[in-house]
Amino acid sequence: MSAKAQNAHPGMNLGYGEGARKAEVDVFGFWVFLMTDLVTFGLVFAIFGTMVGATAGGPGPEEVTDLRSIAIQTALLLGSSFAFSWASLSMKYDRGRGRTLIFLSFAATSALGFLVMEFIDLRHLVEIGATPQRSGYLSALWALVGLHGLHVAVGLLGVGSLTGQILLYGLTDKIKSRVTRLGLYWHFLDIVWVGIFSMVYLAGVA
Amino acid sequence: MSDASDEERAERRLYSIGLILSVVLTVASFATVTTGILPRGWAIPALIVLALTQIVVHLRVFLHIDLTRQKREDLQLLLFTVLLLAIMGFGTLWIMANLAERM
Amino acid sequence: MNEDAWTPIPGSGFDWNPLTGRLHWGDLKLLEVFEDPSINSFVASAASWIAVLAALAIVILLTVKRRWGWLWSEWLVSVDHKKIGIMYILTGFVMMARGVAEGVVMRTHQATAYQGGFLSNEHWAELFSTHGTVMIFFVAMPFITGFMNYLIPLQIGARDMAFPVLNQISLGLTATGGALVMISLVVGAFETGGWTAYPPFTGADFDPGPGPDYWVWAIVLSGIGSMLSGLNFAVTIYKLRAPGMTFMRMPVFCWTALCTSILLVFALPPLTVAGLMQALDRLAGFHFFTNDLGGNMMNYANLFWMFGHPEVYILILPAYGIYSELTATFAAKKLYGYTSLVLATMSIAVVSFCVWLHHFYTMGQSPTINAAFGIATGIIAIPTGVKVYVWMATLWRGRIRFTVPMIYMAGFFMLFVIGGFSGIILANPAINWQVHNTQFIVAHFHNVLLPGLIFGIFAGVHIWFPKAFGFRLHERAGAITAFLWIAGFSLTFLPLYVVGLLGYPRRSAAFEDPAFIPYMIVTLCGAFVLLSAFIGLIVTLWLSVRHRDELAVPLGDPWDGRTLEWATPSPPPHYNFAVIPEITGRDAFATEKAEGRPYVTPTEYRDIHMPRDSVAGVFVFLCTTAIGFGLTWWIWWLAILGALVLLGWMFIYPFFDRTDEVIPAETVRLANEAWIAAISLREGVDRDDETTPRNRGFAATDMEQAT
Ligand code: HEM
Ligand SMILES: [Cu+2]
Repeated sequence: MSAKAQNAHPGMNLGYGEGARKAEVDVFGFWVFLMTDLVTFGLVFAIFGTMVGATAGGPGPEEVTDLRSIAIQTALLLGSSFAFSWASLSMKYDRGRGRTLIFLSFAATSALGFLVMEFIDLRHLVEIGATPQRSGYLSALWALVGLHGLHVAVGLLGVGSLTGQILLYGLTDKIKSRVTRLGLYWHFLDIVWVGIFSMVYLAGVA
Repeated sequence: MSDASDEERAERRLYSIGLILSVVLTVASFATVTTGILPRGWAIPALIVLALTQIVVHLRVFLHIDLTRQKREDLQLLLFTVLLLAIMGFGTLWIMANLAERM
Repeated sequence: MNEDAWTPIPGSGFDWNPLTGRLHWGDLKLLEVFEDPSINSFVASAASWIAVLAALAIVILLTVKRRWGWLWSEWLVSVDHKKIGIMYILTGFVMMARGVAEGVVMRTHQATAYQGGFLSNEHWAELFSTHGTVMIFFVAMPFITGFMNYLIPLQIGARDMAFPVLNQISLGLTATGGALVMISLVVGAFETGGWTAYPPFTGADFDPGPGPDYWVWAIVLSGIGSMLSGLNFAVTIYKLRAPGMTFMRMPVFCWTALCTSILLVFALPPLTVAGLMQALDRLAGFHFFTNDLGGNMMNYANLFWMFGHPEVYILILPAYGIYSELTATFAAKKLYGYTSLVLATMSIAVVSFCVWLHHFYTMGQSPTINAAFGIATGIIAIPTGVKVYVWMATLWRGRIRFTVPMIYMAGFFMLFVIGGFSGIILANPAINWQVHNTQFIVAHFHNVLLPGLIFGIFAGVHIWFPKAFGFRLHERAGAITAFLWIAGFSLTFLPLYVVGLLGYPRRSAAFEDPAFIPYMIVTLCGAFVLLSAFIGLIVTLWLSVRHRDELAVPLGDPWDGRTLEWATPSPPPHYNFAVIPEITGRDAFATEKAEGRPYVTPTEYRDIHMPRDSVAGVFVFLCTTAIGFGLTWWIWWLAILGALVLLGWMFIYPFFDRTDEVIPAETVRLANEAWIAAISLREGVDRDDETTPRNRGFAATDMEQAT
């Protein structure tokens, strides 16, 4: 455990030089950014909470929740998160960039699957008339789910960009630090999803 | 994977435990709703507790938040954020619920 | 109206085409006065002509003087925190010209507003809305962000921010917001719902026009910029302090900056969320804040003030920081009660998140809730009171120099306390119910914003201008200006307490009670004094530039300063410090002077790595302005183009490795030794000669006895 205890950030293996110091500052800055995002999501959750009853005679939680689909989405996102952590491990222990890339692509595919499922769900909502224009409740639902989906999509772009960088430059210190930050983002989004499936979908039909 | 160091193996184990715990907690959440085994009014508190537990698991395992010294800054940041978010979130729900009641 | 053309709000009545959206020639306000001559259209057109001609004048000036290249390479692409800070302050100053002008027009209107007034209701509403928005978001915010930018790295002994390019991007986003508000002066119209822009009044049902969209995008985009600034400052203070600079050795300004940064990081998200939900309501027909289909406009008020209250502390804390440095320096004493000041600042930061409801006591929640928030509001006054005592105790028996900063400080003491007391009165829900939405509120918040924030900023400008530019500001002109500000404020806003209590509502275009007339005439006179005070600032600057040789203080320490920034030449080199200082005590530079070892030549110089110039800020500014303008006028291609270019850039940017610029140790050594040699040739200047040409920036320190 001693090696781990010396390493400022467990996702990397950078030693102590200037690069490690820079990475530490970058990762800390990214944490602060995540916290602003957490507040943002938290507030949208709170607004959703105030609007649960505001269905205005339109479709309510029962109509918009397809638990099977939500379960699959949850599994996909959790799998994606897990694959990402495996990618970080391969990176940390220098298992070669091939392995890192493979796990990254697992993570990305899984997240893409999540987005596709979510898209199908939302399209279904449009079909049954549960558009965000229908009621305050649906506005809040779409905003919350959409905001999370957008975050996942941006994360996918990030994986794309990082994959290119790894192929071009290999796992340099700078890129390692970026992978670490993207990993934090990725796991953070999974946490938000835990909130969404529990409080929006499951609690809605409980 | 015989070439894996002890440390690497330990970390893999940690991640796997995290995954298993998450799966168990998720299944429990879904089961709470689909089976309806809990009496009325208990399901939502149960869901909240399960979700919070799962979030703590994720933070510990995937985001490496722990009580060791070098992580203290991140932990403090997180706790401070949660404090402010709690103030804002509960404040909002309190005010808006009260307004709705008095409408 | 074209029946087939799709418009985002069906039936909203806008003639829409794919190329220019809903924008037409008729939206140009320049021509309004010719088409429909009236006082209103004259004022509107004149304002937009002024804006256009001023912009044109700047362009011509830059071209004639061949300064474009200089502007670009010295300023726009620089990531130097000092230059970025100066650009922020300049932005604030330019926007303030507009804000003050609007204030004077409004005062003129109100002086004639007995049963009427010369402006239409609509125009009046637009004026107070732009005035408030401009003053808060594009004057006060850039001012404090500029000061924090300039001072934080210098005071903690760092070479730059933690994220220099991000810093530039923040400035770009602030500029985007400012640009959108300025464009609204020429193209279309601004919203009419005040700086708070409450829906449903600003919703699509009541105001489908471009005004609220201008507001939303200006606020959301610049708000993201402010949030990123806060992140940057917080991380800088957390991670980049010089060795030995423990938290409890930081200058108080850095403490206030840290707390403001924390507030920026956590208070801006509610504003962004409120703004984006409002945008979804308006553009996509969502129902967050609408009257129908389950919308709830109270959610908006709640979100807005979750930002709005911390915002007032975001603005005032750095000013408190400036006052703290000011009292210590210009009384030549150690700050009394450093620890209590730090604790007071931190508690303000946390408690300021628990009081937001006091802005809507009258919204209809139960008395219990009002009481809870009222108590919290009362509590937050305590730390502020502590601060006032700390400053007074610092001045007590100090060797006070009554120069310009101290004049502002005196004005602040007398007037800010009145503003603070009126705040405590307003904290009581029962009283608040009586004076809510009256001129009493207008008096209160101008009372804390002008003598509190703006005086602090101007005092700070007088203190740090010599640091930034190498020469002092003209003392006499500065003093006259300071007195004009104090007198102008008192005349303009103190009478409003009275008319407020007499029942004159805020934001109202006309009044019915003739008893208000004399007061309104006094405030009109006051507004003109304020206008002359603003002109006084320009005169001060002009005189200072003309006399810059007499006023020069290149050696860097004109005021016998206490903190690290004074231990550098003026202006400081790009890399701030030849070698990163080792900190051994609070008030690092004062400690060095007291121990008789300032200006030592380091034994060893090293190469210095500095971040290279970047076009990121300008680039983000262009993209986000396109997005904001496109969304305001429903010019979808423009908005989508801006967004795609921005996204593509974010995707590709990391592929290019940013290398540092290396400044060779030898260059650093030569520059530093030349400066130290220049110092050793001179006698230190006594405090009595501080404002004479003998002051070249090398102080004969007289702190030993005092500290
Ligand atoms: C310098 C001279 C100034 C003058 C003559 C002036 C005048 C006015 C007037 C006439 C109003 C409208 C009051 C009403 O609603 O009845 C107003 C509102 C306001 N002013 Fe000023 N003001 C000045 C400076 C400032 C400064 C420095 C700030 C902030 C930093 C500021 C912030 C505001 C805000 C936030 C509002 C409220 C706008 C709203 O109702 O939404 N003002 N001011
Ligand atoms: Cu407040």
